[in-house]
Amino acid sequence: MQITLKLYAHLGDLLPAGSKQNKAMIEVPESISLNELIDHFHIPRPMAHLVLVNGVFVCDRDRDQPFALKPQDAVAIWPPVAGG
Amino acid sequence: MAWTKKILRVNLTDGVISAEPLNMEWAQQYLGQRGLATRYFVEEVDAQVDALSPDNKFIMATGPLTGTMASTGGRYSCITKSPLTGTIACSNSGGFFGAEMKNAGWDMIIFEGKSPTPVYLYVEDDQARLIPADDLWGKSVWATDEEIHKKHQDPQIRIACIGRAAESGNLFAAVVNDLHRAAGRSGVGTVLASKNVKAVALRGTRGVGNIKDMKRFIDTTFEHKKVLAANAVTGAGLPTYGTQVLMNVINELGALPTRNMREVRFEGAHSVSGEAMHEPRASDGKKNLTRNGGCFGCTIACGRISSVDRTHFSVKDKPQYWGNSGGLEYEAAWALGPDTGVDDLDALTYVNFLCNEDGLDPISFGSTVAAAMELFEDGVITTEQTGGIELKFGSAEALVKIAELTARGEGFGKEIGLGSKRLCEKYGRPELSMTVKGQEFPAYDPRGIQGMGLTYATSNRGACHLRSYTVSSEVLGIPIKTDPLATDGKPELVIAFQDATAAVDSSGLCIFSTFAWSLDNIAPQIDAACEGDWSVEKCAEVGARIWQLERDFNMRAGLTGADDTLPKRLLKDAANVGPAEGKVCDLGAMLPKYYELRGWTTEGQLTPETRQRYGLPS
Ligand code: SF4
Repeated sequence: MQITLKLYAHLGDLLPAGSKQNKAMIEVPESISLNELIDHFHIPRPMAHLVLVNGVFVCDRDRDQPFALKPQDAVAIWPPVAGG
Repeated sequence: MAWTKKILRVNLTDGVISAEPLNMEWAQQYLGQRGLATRYFVEEVDAQVDALSPDNKFIMATGPLTGTMASTGGRYSCITKSPLTGTIACSNSGGFFGAEMKNAGWDMIIFEGKSPTPVYLYVEDDQARLIPADDLWGKSVWATDEEIHKKHQDPQIRIACIGRAAESGNLFAAVVNDLHRAAGRSGVGTVLASKNVKAVALRGTRGVGNIKDMKRFIDTTFEHKKVLAANAVTGAGLPTYGTQVLMNVINELGALPTRNMREVRFEGAHSVSGEAMHEPRASDGKKNLTRNGGCFGCTIACGRISSVDRTHFSVKDKPQYWGNSGGLEYEAAWALGPDTGVDDLDALTYVNFLCNEDGLDPISFGSTVAAAMELFEDGVITTEQTGGIELKFGSAEALVKIAELTARGEGFGKEIGLGSKRLCEKYGRPELSMTVKGQEFPAYDPRGIQGMGLTYATSNRGACHLRSYTVSSEVLGIPIKTDPLATDGKPELVIAFQDATAAVDSSGLCIFSTFAWSLDNIAPQIDAACEGDWSVEKCAEVGARIWQLERDFNMRAGLTGADDTLPKRLLKDAANVGPAEGKVCDLGAMLPKYYELRGWTTEGQLTPETRQRYGLPS
């Protein structure tokens, strides 16, 4: 199935080459868990600090859950960041 | 140095300047800067005072850690009564000015009365004098800074001043120091202008003193710098991306107020984000962001130094804006961008330069323009009022033009200078003003981040994110992650943030240090520097006392619990997309509990027991 992966701050470099605006449409198996997705894109786990699926935060302990995503979902990931 | 134990009092009406000892009993109760200056202010000024009358006072105050080797210890605050909100105003700024004040030997400068003609205050250690500034009146912040440096032939002078916006009576004018650091909110610059004070120029050579336990202070500040360096946010995230990294986070979350807070996601967010500031632009291959920068003694260095594309319409005939200057912070980028629907990074950067150049609060400016755009779209105002400007959402040209006019206080810019509340009232549409207590909102939609709704409604200076930044917890997971859509536990969370923030704002340290430090890290640094026992508990207690003191002032000024509310749009119109879709801000679920925990009546008034508990002045 197809989902949108968005990687921000310095994680943007880990997106497929040619990606624009920090996002890429990618093909993933339906059974994928968020941690498998994170590992697949070589994101060091501590750097996957803020993980949002369609804008909703997914905490650490739920990231091993298989079948976590639906087609067309948007997964957005940030390293530890802050502002104000 | 910790407290210098000296205050400089400047009576502008008769031109008399005097030194006096700091009230050390109050220092033990209110620490410094925000808290201590507010204590002086409430003692000396009638809460009902007209903010722009000579009877209002204006205090510049440092904290005991300002100017020390503690990381981020370069802060000072401007305390006065706000002409925008009618509440206490306290605006905090970094740069180098605060540390210079400390090095000159002063904890605070209190301005009272009104000078008959324009002046600036020049302080060189113990020596202070008022100097005529007729030749500086009518000049921008940047021009004033240059002139004063030239006049004194001393590049090391640190200057805080007002620009043309404040002189024109703009109600959200800032005090800008070191060219692009600002005590930005609540119109503190407007008060300085009303007193005919153009600038404060300082030179301090006294160095550090009055540290209670120097060895312990050196050790603890050194250890805590290591904590900042090792933390992923303060050691890497903030220096690299600055606060602007939040643009995509908050947009993704569906909490990015868009087009005068009608919507909660902005389709052009990426184009004006921290990530976009790192992308080479088509015309010259340069990035918007040139480098980061830091305030005095700061080991985080979140500041942005940026440039505008020389071929951009806003600057192509203005080479004076081709160089590097203070770049976009998140709040400014949001107000100038998503809130006005403009997705042009160069236009936003140029307008941000103008805000620094002439002393405008970019949050209030952008939000007021957003309200004006909605008025324009609804046909309530037309090109007749705007002087021909097609003030449409998304128009970078209109934003740039209106910024130039507002910075100089000309044309329709004069009306923008009223702020959103007065502007919308003037045109009979008060519901379009996105303000609390007359101050414009910052960049978090409380439908998607519920704790921020309570934060805005109860903030002692009107809508503001810096009074309790629950975004830290609700979005970023610092110190613990809470659910942004829940209201349970938010009154407790907001109070904890409000109190801790009041303490940090009174210490001389920067609130951004709290992305890595808690009071557990900050209290030992205060304790090593300052007389008395500064435990974590005492710091929290001092923070709570400051909050109650500010509230008490506002109540005396005539505000009531009815002012602790939000615009109807946020209470009645549900978010249209994202996780908060279908939700409004459920303020009613949080406010009664908040009052109870604060020790206030159901009407929001301090009870006699609460006043007594915190030892508030009668
Ligand atoms: S963290 Fe940023 S705003 Fe705070 S003192 Fe450092 S550079 Fe200044």
